[in-house]
Amino acid sequence: MNIKVIGTGCEKCDKLYENVLEALKSLDCSADIEKVEDLMEIVKLGVMSSPSLMIDGKLAAAGRVLKVDEIIKSIKKMQGE
Amino acid sequence: MDLIRTIWIFFQDQILGMKWLNVLIGKGLSDAGFDLEGILGGGLQFFIYDVIKIFVLLSVLIFMISYIQSYFPPERTKRILGRFHGIGANSIAAVLGTVTPFCSCSSIPIFMGFTSAGLPVGVTFSFLISSPMVDLGSLVLLMSIFGGKIALAYVILGLMIAVIGGTFLEKIGMERYVEDFVKNAVSIETDEAQLTRRDRAAYAKEQVLATIKKVAPYIFVGVGIGALIHNVIPQSWIESILGSENQLAVILATLVGVPMYADIFGTIPVAESLLAKGAGLGTILSFMMAVTTLSLPSLVMLKKAVKPKLLAAFIGICIIGIIMVGYLFNVFQYWFI
Repeated sequence: MNIKVIGTGCEKCDKLYENVLEALKSLDCSADIEKVEDLMEIVKLGVMSSPSLMIDGKLAAAGRVLKVDEIIKSIKKMQGE
Repeated sequence: MDLIRTIWIFFQDQILGMKWLNVLIGKGLSDAGFDLEGILGGGLQFFIYDVIKIFVLLSVLIFMISYIQSYFPPERTKRILGRFHGIGANSIAAVLGTVTPFCSCSSIPIFMGFTSAGLPVGVTFSFLISSPMVDLGSLVLLMSIFGGKIALAYVILGLMIAVIGGTFLEKIGMERYVEDFVKNAVSIETDEAQLTRRDRAAYAKEQVLATIKKVAPYIFVGVGIGALIHNVIPQSWIESILGSENQLAVILATLVGVPMYADIFGTIPVAESLLAKGAGLGTILSFMMAVTTLSLPSLVMLKKAVKPKLLAAFIGICIIGIIMVGYLFNVFQYWFI
């Protein structure tokens, strides 16, 4: 699984990154976590609000710091599909 | 008709304006031995009433507005705008600017995203002008303090500045002064995040807390200055500087407002007390528009994405538009008050 934490390195993005780590830990699953901080890369992904979370190329949240349990839910949803 | 009018006035004064709260606070203060006509008593009444009113309205409003905004992330706005052309696109951009969540920190990604999607630079600027100047929150807050007519006029004129300003910037060929990295940005369409009603409510709640934390200092300072104007500064001063006697009042108010950085929620109490002290209505609206639309932090951000010529043209057009609105309102003031 590929998870992208998207945002230009603000406080909120770090918080989201931490939450993702925690969610993965409690799910006991591994994933490539990528921090996308470069503006050009962010725009390339079609994202304009930060922080955003992308799981396997799908936007799970835009402009919001998801809580740990919300991230778990999103990951489970993706895996279920 | 009379009944509807009575109900509307009740709604405007008591629900939105919370006049009952002012009476209650006044009663409490005079029971505690304060003279409401005096500087201290009157000032305290203004301060307590305004702070409570603004925080209550703010919480309710931001929640409702954020809920609506969750339907209009910039990614979606971009897609909607792609379907329109010419002045229609500018108008829709200005209207969407009022409902798309925006802060100066996201202006560059939005700029790049819009440009890479092939939207003309004028449409992007219509959006960038209207977004900070007019939003749903300011509409309701203006209604609570100045009444429906003025609030509506503020919004309509604000949108007009956005549409005309954006169109004009494009007509004079400002496209070439966008920095290359913005023009060369590539983007793809991304599916929106699917949100449930609970997600939207959670988002709205987070927005309320974050906004209150962010604007609280502005509100205290704004209301403090408002109380000072309301009760300490003599009416004759305000009248002679910002009233109808001074032909340059609008220009003065605009130029003073431009470098200031404050939220519209902090600006309104200052405007409210200036109006009560005899400043011109147009002068005050110009001041509010100048404070919210142009600010140093957002200009510093924008400077990274556009060349100096375009930045100067943008500032110039905003200032001219705001000044024109100010004079217009001053001329037709009798119709509003």
